[in-house]
Amino acid sequence: MRFRRLIFANLFRKKIRLILTVGSFAIALVLFTFLAVVKSAFNRGIDIAGADRLIVVDRVGLMNLMPISYADKIAAIPGVKAVTHDHWFGGVYQDEKNFFPQFVIDVENHRKVYPEFKVPDEQWNNFVKDRQGAIAGARLAERFHWKVGERIPLKTTLYGGATWEFNLDGIYHTDKPDGDMGQFWLQWKYFDENVPSVIKSTAGWYILKLDSPDDAVRVAKAIDEKFANSSHETKTETESAFAAGFAKQFGNIEFLILTIGGVVFFTLLLVTGNTMAISVRERISELGVLKAIGFTDHSVLFLVLSESLAIAFFGGALGLLLAIASIPWVSSKIVGLLPPLFLSKPVLALGLVFALFVGAASGLLPGIGAMRMRVVNALRRV
Amino acid sequence: MVRVDGNGGSQSLIRVRGLNKTYSRGGEKIQVLQGLNLDVDKGDFVAFMGPSGSGKTTLLNLLGGLDVPSAGSITVAGDEITHMSGSKLTQWRARHVGFIFQMYNLIPVLTAYQNVELPLLLTKLSGSERRKHVETALAVVGLADRMHHYPRQLSGGQEQRVTIARAIVSDPTFLLCDEPTGDLDRKSADEIMALIEELVAKYGKTVLMVTHDPVVAARAHTTLHLEKGVLVEGKASSRQSVLAGGAA
Repeated sequence: MRFRRLIFANLFRKKIRLILTVGSFAIALVLFTFLAVVKSAFNRGIDIAGADRLIVVDRVGLMNLMPISYADKIAAIPGVKAVTHDHWFGGVYQDEKNFFPQFVIDVENHRKVYPEFKVPDEQWNNFVKDRQGAIAGARLAERFHWKVGERIPLKTTLYGGATWEFNLDGIYHTDKPDGDMGQFWLQWKYFDENVPSVIKSTAGWYILKLDSPDDAVRVAKAIDEKFANSSHETKTETESAFAAGFAKQFGNIEFLILTIGGVVFFTLLLVTGNTMAISVRERISELGVLKAIGFTDHSVLFLVLSESLAIAFFGGALGLLLAIASIPWVSSKIVGLLPPLFLSKPVLALGLVFALFVGAASGLLPGIGAMRMRVVNALRRV
Repeated sequence: MVRVDGNGGSQSLIRVRGLNKTYSRGGEKIQVLQGLNLDVDKGDFVAFMGPSGSGKTTLLNLLGGLDVPSAGSITVAGDEITHMSGSKLTQWRARHVGFIFQMYNLIPVLTAYQNVELPLLLTKLSGSERRKHVETALAVVGLADRMHHYPRQLSGGQEQRVTIARAIVSDPTFLLCDEPTGDLDRKSADEIMALIEELVAKYGKTVLMVTHDPVVAARAHTTLHLEKGVLVEGKASSRQSVLAGGAA
């Protein structure tokens, strides 16, 4: 490109200003990617939810437990392939800040309903045989440097507040790299033996796998009708609807993220737009000379836009590199508090498009001004 | 030969007929040029003098296609430029006009070489061809050894030489100089004028120059005076004559 040298020479005209503007882009891009991955993390439960899975909870709310006897009754409904149940354990490891999701699982049916969680057979068999056994997600184990065979104490504020000890028998992975590998599983039988009597023989919620996703509406209706007018009426919904409802408990994350993102966008637009406007105003006479010697209006617009796009590209690329470096680190520090943060290629591409869009938008007005500027007026400033 | 009576032949390089330029300022119409005629042949060196506000720079801007007249016509080398569209006029300027400004107007972040190369970026010349042209232009102005210097590393006279190299690098039809020595000391001004004279004498360039300085104007073949927008009879040098209103 013939104008490359001119564009770069103009870019480096004021080095401090260039560094600050590129820095603004970089910081905005880091923030943008963080918001995007957090939003994606909250939605991932919805995205990866099995289309052929239903969740059954007590109609009053998740805190209300249901009788364990519901499992057989649900399994008897036509169209249900397998049923399992979970409980929330709610313990902390060593310190209050070391919180992560712990589920009391039904070892007999869990793998039938959740085939995407992969545990080596040997480790799974050890877990089934070990009443105090536990299985941890790979990311969780990595966070606390746990090895199979390790003794793990969890202090729970529920169920009497005692410290429970578990043997780590296995580590699970998921099919997809962005899958949820931050859970901790323990056995329902061991749990049931040690909880206060009011909690015994209960399940927090049921998860069932359908023969076909097409049966979802019919089966959900059949389950809720079956337990209608009982002491524990149920509310059955698809796993994705349940995940969306769960995410909403944190507030309107999407609105919050879009609001912050919008503020970032407009702030960046104002900062870079102002920078470009000042930069163009400072060299009106030079642009006038370029036009005088034969640069067309469109060439002048091209020069200004190229400068703003170059700033956007380098700032954006720097921001994305910082995000690539920092997001895995942040994700490792918040295992259990938030779903894993995973920076995908589409998010990176979107970030770069976002940067270039802001770059083009911020250079457009000053560029059009320079394009329309009359040479005689520009030279009069000399 | 330079004529201002409107009777020049069609062979004139620059032919101006009935040129008017009116500005509106605060609702008031100000007529800067009033029915101006001019004929300039190839190889002429013309100086325009006159008090501030007489329309010297306006005339130069109109001749260079930087501004459009209110009435009248300007024809250069057979092309009438007064009715050209903006983009066509820009292309015409790139091909036919070399500008030399009082304040040099070099791009400060480019070297002398890169400044001189600017007009050639608009042509289809290859990199090596551009280099050859730029080096030749810088050699003509005596700055072959300063081509990688930035404007801030050059003296005023050297900066003006770079401007001249930029003006001649694309071999334009004529050069327009707006107070080319206005910002220089006498010694540097003499050197610049010697260079412009050399461009006319040795390379056959046509030069139209605006100046306030009679010493500088005396170096031109012909001096014309602009007073209140009217081109009046000026001094005729020993080499050329001015025909104005029938005077010889």
